[in-house]
Amino acid sequence: MSSAFTAAEAPEATAESRPGFLRTAILGEPQAIVGIVVIIAFILIGVIGPFVTGDAKTKVGTVFQHPSGSHPLGLDGGGADMVRLLVNGARVSLLVGFAAAFVSILIGGVVGVLAGFFGGKTDIALMRLTDYFLVIPDVPLMIVAAALFGRSLRNIILIIGIIYWTTTARLLRAQVKSIRERIYVRRARAMGAGNSRLVFRHILPQVAPLVVANTVLLVATAIFAETFITFLGLGDPSAISWGRLIENAFTDDAILNNAWWAIVPPGVCVAIVVLAATMTGAAIEEALNPRLAVGHLSVRRFRMRVLPSVGRVEPSATLPPPTGAAGATSGKGAKR
Amino acid sequence: MNEPLIRVENLHVWFDLKGGTELHAVRGVSFALERGERFGLVGESGCGKTTTILALMGLLPPNASVAGAVYLDGENILERGEETVSPHRWKDIAMIFQGAMNAFNPVKTVGKQIVEPMELHEIAEGKDAWKRAGELLETVGIAASRARRYPHEFSGGMRQRAAIAMSLACHPKVLLADEPTTALDVMVQAQILELLVGLSNDFGLALVLVTHDLPVVAQVCEQAAVMYAGEIMESGPLEGLYHDPRHPYTRLLFAATPDLYGEGEVVSIPGAPPRLDREIQGCPFAPRCDRTFAPCHDVKPRYLAVGPDRHAACHLNDPALAKAS
Amino acid sequence: MSANGDGASPPLLDVESLVMHYPVPRGLVGTLARRPKGVVHAVEGVTFQVREGEMLALVGESGCGKTTTAQSVLRMVDPTSGAIRFRGQDITRLGARELRPLRREIQMIYQDPYESLDPRFRVRDTVEEPLDVHGLAGAKSERRQRILDALVRAGLTPPELYIDRFPHELSGGQRQRVAIAASLVLNPKLLLADEPVSMLDVSVRAGVLHLLDGLRQEGLGILMITHDLSTAAHFANRIAVMYLGRIVEEGPAQEVVTNPQHPYTKALLSVVPKRDPQHRSRPQILQGETPDPTHIPVGCRFHPRCPIAIPECKEIDPELRRTAGSRAPGHVAACIRAW
Repeated sequence: MSSAFTAAEAPEATAESRPGFLRTAILGEPQAIVGIVVIIAFILIGVIGPFVTGDAKTKVGTVFQHPSGSHPLGLDGGGADMVRLLVNGARVSLLVGFAAAFVSILIGGVVGVLAGFFGGKTDIALMRLTDYFLVIPDVPLMIVAAALFGRSLRNIILIIGIIYWTTTARLLRAQVKSIRERIYVRRARAMGAGNSRLVFRHILPQVAPLVVANTVLLVATAIFAETFITFLGLGDPSAISWGRLIENAFTDDAILNNAWWAIVPPGVCVAIVVLAATMTGAAIEEALNPRLAVGHLSVRRFRMRVLPSVGRVEPSATLPPPTGAAGATSGKGAKR
Repeated sequence: MNEPLIRVENLHVWFDLKGGTELHAVRGVSFALERGERFGLVGESGCGKTTTILALMGLLPPNASVAGAVYLDGENILERGEETVSPHRWKDIAMIFQGAMNAFNPVKTVGKQIVEPMELHEIAEGKDAWKRAGELLETVGIAASRARRYPHEFSGGMRQRAAIAMSLACHPKVLLADEPTTALDVMVQAQILELLVGLSNDFGLALVLVTHDLPVVAQVCEQAAVMYAGEIMESGPLEGLYHDPRHPYTRLLFAATPDLYGEGEVVSIPGAPPRLDREIQGCPFAPRCDRTFAPCHDVKPRYLAVGPDRHAACHLNDPALAKAS
Repeated sequence: MSANGDGASPPLLDVESLVMHYPVPRGLVGTLARRPKGVVHAVEGVTFQVREGEMLALVGESGCGKTTTAQSVLRMVDPTSGAIRFRGQDITRLGARELRPLRREIQMIYQDPYESLDPRFRVRDTVEEPLDVHGLAGAKSERRQRILDALVRAGLTPPELYIDRFPHELSGGQRQRVAIAASLVLNPKLLLADEPVSMLDVSVRAGVLHLLDGLRQEGLGILMITHDLSTAAHFANRIAVMYLGRIVEEGPAQEVVTNPQHPYTKALLSVVPKRDPQHRSRPQILQGETPDPTHIPVGCRFHPRCPIAIPECKEIDPELRRTAGSRAPGHVAACIRAW
């Protein structure tokens, strides 16, 4: 089957999203596979784990009991088992991470797509709004908002979501703006396709990989944000998250007690999940824009090879001019 | 026989692909140019024409490997790869890239962008370099005073002229031009072609014109080679290629090109070129050829001399085989 | 000449005195430097007709307004003034809703087949989409039949071989045929083809052009926009040469090519490279490039570059008229020296 593959003067990757793009982008990149596996593992732990471990806050021994066979990571300042706490914390931290990322993507996606697709005054108004959100310092805003609206998990999710949608909006706006001008979108429009068809059938599928990459990166940001909001004492007091574990360890003077097991494991969990999400997101972004990866014109490192044994006849080699067949190929095509 | 200015001998280029496969983009290309000669390298997209001239410049990406020789004044500049080709790059062999006119840095003046490579190659510095940049611009038909202008103040045709001036900065002997007029209007195309012809006549510059556009080559070059699937199918003086093609691809390519006053039907060549990441059995053009016979699909045609200065790779030129057809 | 316009039925497409101006964005620097607001005079009074079974080639250099003209006919932009009539109906000022039936009958073929197909759509989806948009879906089997028919009409046979492919699995020529099939599925009356083959390999160009020619013979009207006079000479019935927003010469294709009347057409023809190396013509190279459409010269817009201009040319803005040298009916040129 002849494919357009022959047109490879110098093989070059295209930034165009083709069907199956996301799958190949993730499967082709070891760091993306590792990232995805880690995230899925943590999700499974967060979803199933608490059912296995039961109530995490149950006091099972003395305060800051050292790690032992029955409690591999020891006990915290309240005498609760650290492994159980971590497993329960995974549920809350990941829930906040994913839910907040979803809120961000929803707001950022709608703003970005509307601004990019309609352009003009819509674009100006929405982008001005984005700019305002972008320049507000996020940590103080989070503190103020948490203090103002109360410290429930739902509020934390909304606050994080509302703070981090701006990058998504800007990214999507730029992407949508360029796709809107692509010929196939113009062609669909000239054919009579309405705005919703253009957006949902042509533009959104094309920006989907970018949205996925962005969501994954936002999950990392949101988990991190939840951790420090909670650490600052503004988290939901009833929910056990990794941030809360760190905060508890601090208020219970884990450091003075040399109880590293109360403070290091939640920190490591946050780091691992954030790293995994960043790796996955970055890998997808890189696949979307190959130019990010390698300096494309890092030329001059070609290799020389020995000639293959079967070469062509050199033009310098003198061969008898084949008189008999002269004109055999001179067709009518060019003769007139 | 005198050694020509530049002689390409049995040049091969491979690209490593993901998954361990290889793309054999250029498959044994040979040609030669004298001083002041204009040579056309014609072919359709993917035929390896651009890769061929990039190999002459040693400007191939890291996943490329090269075999064969390029003799410049008798010296094989591909002898030890980058090490032997880099002293000649831009100084002896220069290139105008496809779309060069759109590759200027918008925030630097055109003059500055001509001066920089000169300083880099230690051709001239400071005032001398600027003086030379002005002269070069004059050579290509732009007032020297324009050197202080920015690229956006130039029209497309003028930017292409400036790109040509840039390539001439280090006094090259060979100029490789990759589709130098493709994005230009016919009127501007005519101006640029006139300029290139003038340069080869006035300065003895050997010009390799790479294009898909046969009529452009017909109007500019004395000699040409028609490439297909990484190989030269036929080469020789243009008169011969046009009036007495010795390869069906040459004939069909001319017939597929509409001519202002041509009366015959414009034909299309059915099918598509073969994939270059596999071995090709027999003649690469055989599946699309209208004159195939027994050996075409199995035996690779030899690139034979078919007349003075003329070569073609077609079994029809092989007296022993052609009888059978 | 069958395309001679005194039949009873109105022409398929009738464009009259079309004008299209738009402001140039000045950019930040321009605004700060208080540069005057420029206006691009993209199209400046263009009149032409396309009949059923006729291909008109609109030929000119970049910036001459040929693409803007097509965009206006497609009503993707709102003309500044003038009238566009399609089968006798004035469509110049129709709103989006009233334009919908028109979006079936006028179809556009774009230049770049690598860009004009959605990379995520299979051939089937691309060809089916127009049916969905216009609510012509019908039963599943009927729909499939229509898709197959359109592919066959576009020369993609057997259609089953192509229907499930993605654009990146097709060659340039095949992609262009898919784009044409997606137009044909709506049974349009008029095709606008914007440089339909300039991005294709030489060896497959003729195939696409013959396809368009076949459609024309079936009765479609085709407006082909091209910079390539050789192609126009071979495939169009009539050629209209545009320069700076105006048609400067129009006539039967062979007449325009063999007996050009306007000095611009003559110059343009002289610089077209011929494929026969023995016909190395002395090209009559006009100095400079097409002037900027924000500053159109007064009088004849071509006079600053015209080799035969006389003082009157600076004052008279000539209209299209039969010339002394024209041999065929309908061969007109806008040049006082040729009248």
